[in-house]
Amino acid sequence: MIVCSGLTKRYPGGYEAIKNLGFEIAGGDMVFITGHSGAGKTTLLKLLGAIERPTSGSLIVNGQNLTALRKAALPYLRRNLGLIFQDQKLLFDRSALDNVLLPLEIIGLPPREAQRRARAALDKVGLLEREKANPIALSGGEQQRLAIARAVVNRPTILLADEPTTNLDPDSARQVFDLFAAFNQVRVTVIIATHAPHDISGRKPRLITLDHGRIAP
Amino acid sequence: MNTWLRQHLAAFRRALRRLWAAPLNTLLSLLVIGITMTLPAAGYVFLDNLKTLGKSAAGVQQISIFMQTGASADVVKGVEQHLEDKVPGQWHFVPRETALNRLKSTEGMAEIVASLPRNPLPDAFIVEPRDASPETLEALRESFASQPGVAHVQLDSAWIKRFDAFLRLGKLAVSLLAAIFAAGLTAVTFNTIRLQVLAQADEIQVARLIGATDAFIRRPFYYSGALQGALGGLAAGLIISLGIRALATPVAELASLYGSAFALQGLSPQFFALLAGIGAGLGWLGAQLSVSMALHQME
Ligand SMILES: Nc1ncnc2c1ncn2[C@@H]1O[C@H](COP(=O)(O)OP(=O)(O)O)[C@@H](O)[C@H]1O
Ligand SMILES: [Mg+2]
Repeated sequence: MIVCSGLTKRYPGGYEAIKNLGFEIAGGDMVFITGHSGAGKTTLLKLLGAIERPTSGSLIVNGQNLTALRKAALPYLRRNLGLIFQDQKLLFDRSALDNVLLPLEIIGLPPREAQRRARAALDKVGLLEREKANPIALSGGEQQRLAIARAVVNRPTILLADEPTTNLDPDSARQVFDLFAAFNQVRVTVIIATHAPHDISGRKPRLITLDHGRIAP
Repeated sequence: MNTWLRQHLAAFRRALRRLWAAPLNTLLSLLVIGITMTLPAAGYVFLDNLKTLGKSAAGVQQISIFMQTGASADVVKGVEQHLEDKVPGQWHFVPRETALNRLKSTEGMAEIVASLPRNPLPDAFIVEPRDASPETLEALRESFASQPGVAHVQLDSAWIKRFDAFLRLGKLAVSLLAAIFAAGLTAVTFNTIRLQVLAQADEIQVARLIGATDAFIRRPFYYSGALQGALGGLAAGLIISLGIRALATPVAELASLYGSAFALQGLSPQFFALLAGIGAGLGWLGAQLSVSMALHQME
């Protein structure tokens, strides 16, 4: 499902944030990317999410080689990915429900069907009662769960989350991880970047540990 | 419903929602667009009314066709035939002898005419066409000037010619005005749409990250620009209609003083549709330029 080899990302200015990575992630896996701050976790997620383009090497996601992907094909690739950003990127000029509706408007779902699916996603993350609330009125944990609802409403095959629990209290963090575990149960590939391995609860998931852009031995 | 249509409908709804979300801005830009379109459109309506005034002008318009002095009877017959065939209205032939006799009977001319070695006057036709609009007269003048044996064609009504020239000048002025104001309107939508794009920067960025195509992002702005242009065009039509209504009575009174039944014409629904269409087209254009530039800057 995800295969990379010789993967390298050099930012404009010359800094190499990812150096010659090679790994495979099978469909339905749950993977944590860990490492010190500045190790390249966010950069790796951005490469996987086709937000940044590899400088060299090959990276294949869902059968598409991202190194050679045409710009016009990007939107369609991203629709099969659920992205949860470090800063969440919620829209504060609309309700929680309308935030979750955006990905469905993008794929052109009929309004009624879109409403139904958005509510189902809100229900799954426990926010159905707050559908009319503006995200600004939600707690940190609720905002994170709203971001998850928006990421999964399109039923993506891969979920990518960047430090999803960094600013949450332990209870909220537990709720968020339980959600990821639930999606992973239904064969969604879940890839989480986190600098704090104690986030990892219960199960024994796979770790990819980065050190200055390389996989730590 | 197919996906393409649904996506356009959705874009249209998003455009409406955005216009509605900032009612004061929307109203102001509609007003600006409306006023921008009012001036050239009013000029056009004014000229259109003048044209009907020219057509209904009192007094008969004459055309004099002067033959070459040596023109043979056959050639004269040819012109006569052309008149018969092509020109509804009245005409009569003035032979050169008749013309000379008339000249002789004019006071003080008899001796001068008598001193001439021969008759210097040509044969002539005096034509009073039924349709005396400036365009028709001009067309007739050209068609007779190219007839064999014709030396000169003269439109006897100088004022009609001046009027015609004035109309032409007016048309040119209105066209120039329209071009300038079209550029102005494009600039106005360019700016309002640019502000809209900047106001939506967050949504655009997020939408891109979660799989929106370029078209999805651009479409609502195009509709927004077109919608503003169309509504602005209708506003211009409304402003002009109100102006016409205010002027109608005084103009009719003035015309009746000159014995004319001339009345200002109101705007037709087609003209409203034309204004809305032009506004929509220019709004779409302004939005297109604006969105391309704003998105480029945001990248
Ligand atoms: N856009 C960028 N331009 C230049 N350097 C960057 C950029 N983004 C990240 N970096 C650098 O790349 C390295 C890895 O960053 P990042 O992937 O954010 O690490 P992490 O998420 O593990 O903390 C850091 O040294 C950071 O300064
Ligand atoms: Mg990071």
